[in-house]
Amino acid sequence: MTEVVMEQMPPVLHGPTEKQRKYDRQLRLWAESGQAALESANLLLVNSGCGTVGVETLKNLVLPGIGRFTIVDDAVVSEADLGVNFFLDEGSLGKMRGQCSTELLLELNPEVHGDWYPKTKGDLNLEKVLATSSTFTLIMYTNPIRPADLAIIQAYGKQHKTPVVLVHSAGFYSYFRILLPGAFPIVDTHPDETATTDLRLLTPWPELVEFAKELTRDIDSLDNHVHGHLPFVVILLHYLDEWRATHDGAYPLKYAEKIAFRNLVQSKMRTDNPEGGEENFEEAVAAVLRAVQPTSLPSGIREVFDYKPTDPQEDGSPFWIIAEAVKKFYEKHRCLPVPGNVPDMKAESEVYIKLQNIYKAKARQDAAEVLKMVQAVPGGRDVDPAEVGLFCKNAAFVKLINASAGGGIDTILNSERLATVAAQEFSNDEMAEETLTPLSLLPIYLALYATSHVESSTREQIVSEIAKAVPGAGVNQRVVQAAEEVARAEGGELHNISALTGGMVAQEVIKVITKQYIPIDNTCIFDGIGSRCQVLRL
Amino acid sequence: MASVEVYPSIEPLRWKYLDRIRTRPGPFTDLDVFEGSAVAQNMDNMKVLVIGAGGLGCELLKNLALSGFKNIHVIDMDTIDISNLNRQFLFRKSDVGKFKAEVAAAFVESRVKGVSITPHKCKIQEFDEDFYMQFQIIVCGLDSIEARRWINATLVDMVDEENPESFIPLIDGGTEGFQGQSRVILPTMTACIECMLDMHVPRAQVPLCTIATIPRQPEHCIEWAHQIAWDKEKPFPKLDKDDPEHITWLYQKALARAEEFNIPGVTYSRTQGVVKNIIPAIASTNAIIAASCCNEALKIATNCAPFLGMPEQNNYMQYSGNDSIYTYTFQTEKKPDCPVCGNRARDLDVNLGWTLKELIEALAVNPSAQLKKPSVRTEKKTLYMQSPPGLEEQTRPNMDKTLLELGLEEGEQIGVTDPAFPSVSFKFALRFK
Repeated sequence: MTEVVMEQMPPVLHGPTEKQRKYDRQLRLWAESGQAALESANLLLVNSGCGTVGVETLKNLVLPGIGRFTIVDDAVVSEADLGVNFFLDEGSLGKMRGQCSTELLLELNPEVHGDWYPKTKGDLNLEKVLATSSTFTLIMYTNPIRPADLAIIQAYGKQHKTPVVLVHSAGFYSYFRILLPGAFPIVDTHPDETATTDLRLLTPWPELVEFAKELTRDIDSLDNHVHGHLPFVVILLHYLDEWRATHDGAYPLKYAEKIAFRNLVQSKMRTDNPEGGEENFEEAVAAVLRAVQPTSLPSGIREVFDYKPTDPQEDGSPFWIIAEAVKKFYEKHRCLPVPGNVPDMKAESEVYIKLQNIYKAKARQDAAEVLKMVQAVPGGRDVDPAEVGLFCKNAAFVKLINASAGGGIDTILNSERLATVAAQEFSNDEMAEETLTPLSLLPIYLALYATSHVESSTREQIVSEIAKAVPGAGVNQRVVQAAEEVARAEGGELHNISALTGGMVAQEVIKVITKQYIPIDNTCIFDGIGSRCQVLRL
Repeated sequence: MASVEVYPSIEPLRWKYLDRIRTRPGPFTDLDVFEGSAVAQNMDNMKVLVIGAGGLGCELLKNLALSGFKNIHVIDMDTIDISNLNRQFLFRKSDVGKFKAEVAAAFVESRVKGVSITPHKCKIQEFDEDFYMQFQIIVCGLDSIEARRWINATLVDMVDEENPESFIPLIDGGTEGFQGQSRVILPTMTACIECMLDMHVPRAQVPLCTIATIPRQPEHCIEWAHQIAWDKEKPFPKLDKDDPEHITWLYQKALARAEEFNIPGVTYSRTQGVVKNIIPAIASTNAIIAASCCNEALKIATNCAPFLGMPEQNNYMQYSGNDSIYTYTFQTEKKPDCPVCGNRARDLDVNLGWTLKELIEALAVNPSAQLKKPSVRTEKKTLYMQSPPGLEEQTRPNMDKTLLELGLEEGEQIGVTDPAFPSVSFKFALRFK
């Protein structure tokens, strides 16, 4: 597995390369694997309107080193563009906006390639651009978009299973949606480090039991130094045994029992030493509620187990082959593979390293069992063992996005879903004051959605469009206010709102491309007046 | 709805989109304070200060220039490093080594016609109140808590009830990886940075005995190389954390120690991360947080929509982007025992058996104190002074005395000063554990 390979690598005595130095601060977040995915990505931006939010998004993707981008934009740079778009200057006036923005964006990172269409005004042929370019990894488009162009993007997205991101920014409001071509599983979700500790104190395996017994055989006669350096895992295993001996073999699982058990551990701490206590026992006491816990199946992996891939191509992918094997493992052992990491704790170096190796060995053993199951099914021999190792290590945090039906490029308007969400959101709003929850941002989405294909609208036009999409919503006071706020902008972007939205869109595009961290599912709405976001699945 | 009039600025074509929003009211605009016809001219005459020209600072300058602010100053003492180029988009490879403030100011001035940006390549502490008094809004994009506390204390100290110009809103942004926050401080009216100090808990330090005798983690081996081996062997006269040769030396030392204890995971990158205390940073989070700060600046400057920090309203937006996207926008309350904007002494839990030295160490790590070089006195006597040297020597013997021996009592107030915050006298009421 990767970890082992890295440990055995000879020490690198020269410093990092220039590229590693340039990307150092981001490599610490998504590592070389994420960087490689970014560098091989090929993005398309179909730009419209003021065109700022799309370009600001690209800026945040060019800087970290996306492979290639193309801008399709048939606007000619006008004076008003210079007041809102930073990637244009006085020399751009009268030229193709796509060209000028592409050139100024490319200055940010010499490793990135960029192109633009159309080359001259009035020569836009989106279909041709799509047909003659190498396959796009992801397409972004901004509203307002011509329905004909949208239809072309939809057809391409369907044919190539391309993720599509739609973005709309006007005045103080914005939203964006990620439309994925199918269920999107993520293994490398980067959970919070403290959440990943899984010590299996209630189901210890023979090597761990033996190790703990060996260290605690004469626990009361150990000298103060050794007693004060017993790892807390060992302390808990020892006193759990003692507890079971006096409780018919049962573990302390109810809250009151855990408190009693915690008091037991606390009472075993030596206080007659110069320090007046023992750090390792304090760690043990603090860990009781968290660590004395039967293993349960987290909702993320449960959803993966329950999901039935519908597409044969999807079914044969390494992810689903491994998922099936981990499921079999779970059904056999009633627990997930041991992840193998041990938190730092007060202990002697040698003892800690031994303990760490016991967990690592168990993790390797579990992963090897899963790998065997993987290799027993058709196509399983082609699966990279490193991928199996990563899945096993992260099994409790694997996540499935866009699992239920819909959400693809076809579902820009899923009327039924929208009506359900609207009813739910408006009813929540009625209770908001009592429940102290912030008000729904759905009205902002509805008001912007109503202007998806038009440069600008009056409040009345917007409200009437909303009423068509969501019957009854037109009389909602907050919907009317949002419509009025959108009308105020007349389709104009505020630079700050587009810069902020471009930051969020770029972040989500990075997650989708690197398959790391967890992307939104599937719509994020931003309110620049109240300064907050809401994510809804529409 | 009758269309409400737009009041165009001097360049009506250029600022068409901005003028629609900033010069006419929307459904949430407070009409008692909003005056659309005056907005453009007011903003033309405003001076805004940006503190920091790094990841947030580059974004702030771009955003303010495209928000219609014409007169901007920027302070940053740092020079450009190659590791800045993945996000600090006003800098190119050929700029490495130059001053950030100068390059950033020149770039935005040349890109956005009509904006003036004045760079200052120095520390914020080098300016006095007269300098800060000339600005109407200050926006911070800093990575240091200490600098934030300093500017916060200075701005609160400057408030003179009789003089409305002494009252300068402070907008503060911060990021770490996929997370960040933006907040608005109206000095003396909203919670200030010192009120919220315990939200930035300092990272727990590894005990020296672990580093020296029982390492278990790669970080312990790196800290050993950094804190112990370097001082013992002095391979170079002074440690330069940006010199690859120095980091390589530490890396090799750490690696040898890790091999001795069978500890896996010491790498060059990790060594550099621990020694320089590197915080991951990316373009997208900086874009989000800086734009949020400038959005508030535009709203404060124009009143065209409610802003964070209005009385009894939210003043803080917390952002998290690791797992989906999540914002939490809330109100932080002013603390009556805030040493900067409150007037009550803050409780400090101490132990009668502590020596004064232990009390002083506790002041450094206590989340609501975080004072690294404190001088301490009671109402009756001076307990310890960091300077001048004569006084330091005279009070040094107290360091080893216990609080009991020094005659301190439950509830007694101590006054603490720290050279990092010269305008603040921190008051603590002792509470015995």
